[in-house]
Amino acid sequence: MQSDFIRIQEQDFDLTTEVKALHKDDPRVGAVVTFIGTVRDLNDGSQVKGMTLEHYPGMTEKSLGEIIQQARGRWDLYRTLVIHRVGPLLPEDQIVLVAVTSAHRGEAFAACEFIMDYLKTAAPFWKKEDTPEGSKWVDARVTDDAAMARWS
Amino acid sequence: MKLELRFFASLREGLGLSGEVITTPPDVKTIADLRHHLAQRGNPWAEVLASTKVIRCALNQEMVADSSPLVEGAEVAFFPPVTGG
Repeated sequence: MQSDFIRIQEQDFDLTTEVKALHKDDPRVGAVVTFIGTVRDLNDGSQVKGMTLEHYPGMTEKSLGEIIQQARGRWDLYRTLVIHRVGPLLPEDQIVLVAVTSAHRGEAFAACEFIMDYLKTAAPFWKKEDTPEGSKWVDARVTDDAAMARWS
Repeated sequence: MKLELRFFASLREGLGLSGEVITTPPDVKTIADLRHHLAQRGNPWAEVLASTKVIRCALNQEMVADSSPLVEGAEVAFFPPVTGG
């Protein structure tokens, strides 16, 4: 049975529906940890009116699959889910959902954070923000590299 | 060798191109060679691919280092550092 789910989509997602489906018919599960990333209205001092997310179809799914396999190598996980939205988004919109199930919380917490840290630095997504000064591509953050380096 | 090039985000916009199929001369052996080769086309290539810019590269959809050897028929993508999540 499939246990890793990766979806790249324009439409929004519903946390309750996704979480319910992820541990349905799996009584081994004792812990479900989720992370949701949302669009902020301020970035690097600029007001953000909206943004557009671009990705590299094919490589995106492949890189997320590899990140999940690395997480499985480190922790005992049951099911994993990554949903990442692409296309136009507005402040407060949900961007990404990472959900992990396992027997105990420690594994699930760690794996969820690990997957998110790796996604930030290795999955081919790019944000372009609309600001009063015009639209601009978001610069990668050094703090994201530092967050990933903690795991090596 | 024959390669399929792909460009994303600010690189795609700067070049006004999302991809192309090219045949490279024999002295183009690595990712770094290819980048240098393309930069010699003049602007906007020289500007967008300038060695001072931080650019990531994927070979057949896997992130690789500049020193990685190219392979015949490969899909080679250039893009800025990723900013998803």
